[in-house]
Amino acid sequence: MTSLLATTVAIPDVIVFAAGAVMIMIGALGVITSRNPVHAALSLILTLFGIAVLFIEQQADFLAAVQVIVYAGAIVVLFLFVIMFLGVDRNEDLDAEPLAGQRSMAFVIVLMAVGAIIALGAEAHWVVGPHSVSGVPGGPYQNVYNLGRSVFTTYLFAFEATAALLVIAVVGAVVLARRSGAANAEQPDGQPENEEVAS
Amino acid sequence: MSIPGEWYLILAAILFGIGALGLLIRRNVLIMFMCVELMLNAANLTLVTFSRMLNDIGGQAAVFFVLVVAAAEVVVGLGIVVSIFRRRSTAVADDISSMKG
Repeated sequence: MTSLLATTVAIPDVIVFAAGAVMIMIGALGVITSRNPVHAALSLILTLFGIAVLFIEQQADFLAAVQVIVYAGAIVVLFLFVIMFLGVDRNEDLDAEPLAGQRSMAFVIVLMAVGAIIALGAEAHWVVGPHSVSGVPGGPYQNVYNLGRSVFTTYLFAFEATAALLVIAVVGAVVLARRSGAANAEQPDGQPENEEVAS
Repeated sequence: MSIPGEWYLILAAILFGIGALGLLIRRNVLIMFMCVELMLNAANLTLVTFSRMLNDIGGQAAVFFVLVVAAAEVVVGLGIVVSIFRRRSTAVADDISSMKG
């Protein structure tokens, strides 16, 4: 951390990092300050693209693509779908503060937490230990190959577990979001909704 | 020389803080979910940064699994929001206080 400004970094890298950081910051502040949930979702997309830029800058090519496809393409669309489906795309009154002192307390707590994280990181010698235990990430055009080999060998059990997790999540979402049988009997025209998309 | 990892870690810490702040001050359940996504992305950025610093693919594999868990979390969470909205016609967390002690 003491060598933070002493290191020489290439100018294009700095430009890419700054672009990604600005996208992330504008998007994140937009999420928490916009009155309209639709605008918040669009700001979230900006943040996710910024994260993808920084993934590319760190040679995590596959994750950058997945970030755009899964997050910006599936998750945010799911958010927008639910916002439109519920009809809550109205402006929210941000000035009302039902719990007195909540915002100032939240500011203080978050500032203390972030300051503590950065201070601990500055004190600690955190990047130590053996390198490349489960394979190297990089090499020219090797990221997808290396990541695939790692996921399907070292982390195969976790991969199978996520398959089970996704099935459970989809079934659970259908059970949660459909109308109950009694409600269907009262409303014969009630079509069973199927608003879940498999991500 | 590429960007030092500390820059990414500080940026991820700030992004995590913004997400936590939004989670604490916003009352719309959907926006609280989006703030959880911000925090998850900050953690992902940290994992990728450590993956690069340690030259180890394990961090990127962890991000892969975090993406899957985040997708499952959003699907179930939005299912709960839709279910609550059917009964209470509200998406504001303060109005869902029936179980308050």
